Amino acid sequence: MSDIPAIRFEDVSVRYPGSDHPVLSHVQLDVPEGELCLVVGRTGSGKSTLLKAVNGLVPHFTGGLLSGRVTVAGRDTRNHPPRDLADVVGYVGQDPLATFVTDVVEEELAYGMESQGLAGDVMRRRVEEVLDVLGMAAVRNRPLVSLSAGQQQRVAIGSVLAAHPRILVLDEPTSALDPSAAEEVLALLQRLVHDLGLTVLMAEHRLERVVQYADRVVLLPGNGRPLVVGEPRVVLADAPVAPPVIELGRLAGWSPLPLSVRDARRQAGELREQVAQALGPQPPAAALRPAYDPLVAVRGLVVRYGATVALRAVDLAVGRGEVVALMGRNGAGKSTLLAALVGMTRPAAGSVAVDGAAPHELKPRDLVRHVGLVPQEPGDLLYADTVGDECRQADHDADAPAGTAGDLLDRLAPGIHPDIHPRDLSEGQRLSLALAVVLAGRPPLVLLDEPTRGLDYTGKAALVRTLRDLAAAGHAVVLATHDVELAAALADRTVVLAGGEVVSDGPTRDVVMSSPAFAPQVAKILAPASVLTVDEVARLLQEAG
Amino acid sequence: MTTRPWQLPRSLHPGAWWLWAIGLATAASRTTNPLLLLLILAVTGYVVVSRRTDAPWARAYGFYLRMGLVVIAIRVVFATLFGAPMPGQVLVQLPEVQLPEWAAGVRLGGDVTAPALVMAVYAGLQLATMLTCVGAANALANPKRLLQSLPGALYEVGVAVVVALSFSPQLVEAVTRVRAARRLRGRPDRGLKGLRGVAMPVLESALERSVELAAAMDARGFGRTSGQRSTRRSSGLLTSAGLLGVCVGVYGLLDASSPPLLGAPLLGVGIVLAVAGLAVGGRRATRTRYRPDPWVGPEWLVAGCGFVAAATVLTVASSGGADALVPAATGAPPLPVLPALGVLVAILPAWLAPTTTRRAPATASPEQAPAATRFEEVA
Repeated sequence: MSDIPAIRFEDVSVRYPGSDHPVLSHVQLDVPEGELCLVVGRTGSGKSTLLKAVNGLVPHFTGGLLSGRVTVAGRDTRNHPPRDLADVVGYVGQDPLATFVTDVVEEELAYGMESQGLAGDVMRRRVEEVLDVLGMAAVRNRPLVSLSAGQQQRVAIGSVLAAHPRILVLDEPTSALDPSAAEEVLALLQRLVHDLGLTVLMAEHRLERVVQYADRVVLLPGNGRPLVVGEPRVVLADAPVAPPVIELGRLAGWSPLPLSVRDARRQAGELREQVAQALGPQPPAAALRPAYDPLVAVRGLVVRYGATVALRAVDLAVGRGEVVALMGRNGAGKSTLLAALVGMTRPAAGSVAVDGAAPHELKPRDLVRHVGLVPQEPGDLLYADTVGDECRQADHDADAPAGTAGDLLDRLAPGIHPDIHPRDLSEGQRLSLALAVVLAGRPPLVLLDEPTRGLDYTGKAALVRTLRDLAAAGHAVVLATHDVELAAALADRTVVLAGGEVVSDGPTRDVVMSSPAFAPQVAKILAPASVLTVDEVARLLQEAG
Repeated sequence: MTTRPWQLPRSLHPGAWWLWAIGLATAASRTTNPLLLLLILAVTGYVVVSRRTDAPWARAYGFYLRMGLVVIAIRVVFATLFGAPMPGQVLVQLPEVQLPEWAAGVRLGGDVTAPALVMAVYAGLQLATMLTCVGAANALANPKRLLQSLPGALYEVGVAVVVALSFSPQLVEAVTRVRAARRLRGRPDRGLKGLRGVAMPVLESALERSVELAAAMDARGFGRTSGQRSTRRSSGLLTSAGLLGVCVGVYGLLDASSPPLLGAPLLGVGIVLAVAGLAVGGRRATRTRYRPDPWVGPEWLVAGCGFVAAATVLTVASSGGADALVPAATGAPPLPVLPALGVLVAILPAWLAPTTTRRAPATASPEQAPAATRFEEVA
């Protein structure tokens, strides 16, 4: 069986009903046994469709028309629905909590095996094995909801592993995780590939986290163009999506391209010198902080949910025109702080003032003119059936002149047809629409919760430009994020929360440079020179001639 | 004496606790004798206190007890207001309301006599006792594990219930999220207008979630079967006919005035049919169970104790002992010896059942606060 590839796509095209162009067209792909294969591509290029076709969820579950043939371990998905492939393919999605069937760790691990009718003693043995592989024996009796996000994702992976599949398919397994939890999950995956010889097919937007582990990269160029498959450094050399380490490599003209910080540091000696020279002696970033006109004043804020203290005595000041990133692990209190700023939670002690008003005392109609929040799921803000309607309602809600939201949207994401349903927009477009809706009220304070989830590098760059423009126009922007690259590229200031307390608050440069977990790739490569982004390096090199 | 493996601390099969409680509830259903009913209450209380775990559902007993008190109170209030006149010592004289002719037969107000009040308390106590028996089963048996012990053919039903149970907190979460979003748009988040705007997005997100869960379950092998259509049909037919028989049989058994043929015989036939249906259906499913609760000695004993309690009361009731079981409203009620001994047997599980372990899921540790985590997702 060794010469049969684990996964084989033969001339596969997929078209969803109501769509006039195929999501995938004439895909040819062989993934050999024991390979870690990374699927990359822009948002909407068909990554999820490709992954779901492996275990038959496309088209058995999603509908649509699949032509060609997908074979997995010799089984044709045409006559094997997902449940009959469960013993060879394990599928893990983005949000583990949405896929849990039971409520206790141990039972969740056994669920797949129960469905497949394995004998009791086999199940017992495998659950113990998987608990060891995951390193989670201590929490075996814990309810799933009480686990951290990283632990939940590891349980989700473990629960498919227990059935001993030969292939693991993962759709953005780390997109909801903070950097250290993502590290945890990726380390587990890498160990599985090496120790068990598992075949892994994985999609991920944040390439900087995974590209170094990949044996091969499958690039989906989108729009029905053929796949590009090959070695990571070859494929990514001129891909539209690339992590900072590769972009830096492209800029510096390194060959072969580095995939990890380690590779890059070994080649970066010369560049480091150039950059250090161009930078000259650096004054401490704190001294450079411009004086902002104060807008937000949070003093001694305490928020509790029952017996749980979500925020304890938090102080925060934000000025007009300032961009602040809130970082910290899942559950550290980032979203609670945003909720307090937008008046969704009542302080148990302390005070919140935005533009002189306490947000939790404002009526909804007045609130929109003081502060706007784009939630983690931008779709929550959208109700109407068409984009045009949505914009009109936003104008009405905010008492803005007709066309305000429409114009804003046109500037944020040009070319969206007003008759389209908000659900049919891409992630980036939907985020732009939600932002336009929020901005219709011209709030001096704009909050964003985890805005880059599901955005590719191009979408992220567009978001950075948009938010920079907003700040330049005098809006204060506060965003909660796990994305260190985004914080590095955008934020003037970074506030790190842990356990509901502020553990560091200072210029982004100082905060991220002092912590390995939060440092962006470029900073790690060029340390000790304090440079955070590829753009910055490019500018320095240009200035130096 | 050596310790057998099944005597080690573990949780008893939830089905055994339910059989025990149903036995006691059946006994209570046939008597209004307050002494006997209080004895049953004492028995359930003692067993619950000595064998419950620290799981959240173990607190159910107190809740059912309070509900029982409410039932008695309601019963007494109704008896004083609407009760049929009963001869005896008049305690209070309420003004009687003359009702129009079409409401003849309904009495409002009037004399409240001691026997009427006593009968109401007896009847209320009977209902309260039956409720408390259910409460005892709820407190002692893990509801999820009970669903997991369902026979293979009913597995899908069990899954549906489990999913529905975990669905309600998600629904609450969705409502909070959508209401927050409405506030962010500057719209009312309360009142009728607010409600309409919240319902649609909540339902949409609920639907999306269930589709996602269904996909996840399918991808993990849910619903693999190995049978043909015909077995499925015959299993369904047998089970439905059997359950119908069981329903009618139970009714016949509990209602003393129905013909004897409608009772035990029909119940027996129903059970046989249902078991056959489930067995046929169970062969279709290829599922297995992870760490199933064993059904061994203690389970038999516990279920048997409940059976003894029910059997003694039923036997006495059908062999002319009804006077002691349904005492008159005047004078002190007698204590029927045989039924009382039968009920006392049901206290034995307090020693027969294995001691409980802390296998119930531990509560979240304080540093991983579930509320805060949940809010992270909400906001």
